[in-house]
Amino acid sequence: MKILKLIFKNSFRHKLRTTLTIFGISIAVIAFGLLRTVVTAWYSSVKAASANRLIVRQSVSFIFPLPYSYREKIAQVPGVKEVTFANWFGGTYIDKNNFFARLAVDADTYFEVYNEFVLPKDQLDTFKKERNSCVIGADIAKKYHLKLGDVMTLDGDIYPGRWEFVVRGIYQPKFKSTDAMQMLFHWSYLDETMKQEMPGRAGDVGWFVVLINDPAQSASISNQIDGIFNNSTAETKTETEAAFQQGFIQSSSAIITSMNFISFVIIGIIMLVLGNTMIMSARERTREYAVLKTLGFSGKHLAGIILGESLLISFLGGGIGLLLTFPIVSGFSQFIPKGIFPVFEIEPITIIFSCGSAILIGIVAALFPIQRALTTKIVDGIRFSG
Amino acid sequence: MADIIQVKNVSKSYWRDSIETSVLHDISLDIKEGEFMALMGPSGSGKTTLLNLISGIDKPTRGEIIINGTDISRLNESSLAKWRSNNIGFVFQFYNLIPVLTAFENVELPILLTKLSKAERKQHVETALNIVGLNDRMDHYPKQLSGGQEQRVAIARAIVTDPVILVADEPTGDLDRNSAGEILILMERLNQEFNKTILMVTHDPHAASKAHVIRHLEKGDLIQETV
Repeated sequence: MKILKLIFKNSFRHKLRTTLTIFGISIAVIAFGLLRTVVTAWYSSVKAASANRLIVRQSVSFIFPLPYSYREKIAQVPGVKEVTFANWFGGTYIDKNNFFARLAVDADTYFEVYNEFVLPKDQLDTFKKERNSCVIGADIAKKYHLKLGDVMTLDGDIYPGRWEFVVRGIYQPKFKSTDAMQMLFHWSYLDETMKQEMPGRAGDVGWFVVLINDPAQSASISNQIDGIFNNSTAETKTETEAAFQQGFIQSSSAIITSMNFISFVIIGIIMLVLGNTMIMSARERTREYAVLKTLGFSGKHLAGIILGESLLISFLGGGIGLLLTFPIVSGFSQFIPKGIFPVFEIEPITIIFSCGSAILIGIVAALFPIQRALTTKIVDGIRFSG
Repeated sequence: MADIIQVKNVSKSYWRDSIETSVLHDISLDIKEGEFMALMGPSGSGKTTLLNLISGIDKPTRGEIIINGTDISRLNESSLAKWRSNNIGFVFQFYNLIPVLTAFENVELPILLTKLSKAERKQHVETALNIVGLNDRMDHYPKQLSGGQEQRVAIARAIVTDPVILVADEPTGDLDRNSAGEILILMERLNQEFNKTILMVTHDPHAASKAHVIRHLEKGDLIQETV
């Protein structure tokens, strides 16, 4: 028999109590993993942002448009390689719950700037030629069973009316973090319609996307662009794509902070649960610890036995919880509307946090029982009848 | 025979809420190697306290305890733990076996801390269980054994390290007459065949009659010697 066997046998002395504790830790680790996955998914758009892309938007708010005429001036700023632009279209596809980004873009340049949207050349060429065509992400095609040549009808809200687009391209995401739930169509098609029906909104662009040669120059290029439009009717705010995405997330910062906080509160609660189990176990074994001391076991040995037991329970709970987190997160992602999170999967940092938490829980829960076992005198321990 | 245990002017007091309770008063006692001594006396007379001091699980307030040439009252906790594992075998009234371990595993506990190989440990445990007549109960858990058998496992655990001294605190106190008789025969055998020095606390005159020497304690004082 080895000490490890004693630790194992001690851990399962009260099978129901230990099983419930392991179950509790597992549930906590699953909840922790799920919450952390939501938080990291929220930030995935920031991580996916390109360092050599800048976003130019209206300085007052993102919802106010910029004149199309800014494009030429921006393109002349030294260090700028390409300028493209997009408009948020909104609208409804079949049902209001079908959420995905619908953007009116510059067909000639958009796919050069967003080269992570991989589109076959023949499809791109066809898209560029047809004004009422669109390109959709592979996830949209899969979800709505769309193929090339199908017609997508949108009911406009920001841009009223019934809009029909022919699918001429289906792009594949280059990276795992690339959003494959976007529908892109010609801004010129939208603009021409606006010129006829709502002339006051013609020539408006939602934001410009600026491809730069050197990401290290992003700050100075941003300043130069904003300097050009200072004191104009539509002043600009230029920032990196990551900062722009971060700005979106800031609007939900209270929710994210709460989720972060709750995920760590869960760890704290389960620490107390395991701590309670260990305290009860150690109290019940006060006499046994005293007997072990009489047999020559030192304080170090007893500390090792108690810590080992606590770590065994926390590892079992943490391990089971972590293993179950993968299918649960995967199942959970099926219920999240596509397009909200481009990536919804367990990040390595979440696994590290979960494992680290299991170790921390095991250590912290053992501290008080160890202290009690070490400070109880043998003669008091042997007389103990609790 | 030389004195293996020398208790010199030992006193022991306990403090509770700043009130001192004196349990042993200036006790001096010598026990020779291979001797079987019984300590008797009424409850609260200090028998178990004296046993605890001699076995190194408690420290005297004053005086010296020299066991086999070592003044154990000067040892620190970790040295004392090591000393106990090499020199003392404990037998308790309520056996104090670990319930989740088999008889074999309980007996193996004290030698887990040694450098003995698995095969050597097995040999030691089997020898100890053989001496107490329980080699056919090695794989039994304490709850599958009778009280007498549990106490015999506890004795096997006490002798597995081959200590020079056995201390027993009311070893027959929780047993029926027959089982108590078997335990006493076993202790006599350990004393006579294996030359173990035994110090036994007991209330039972019959148990005490097996000892070579009986010492009585009353209110913390040694009052007489019976041979």
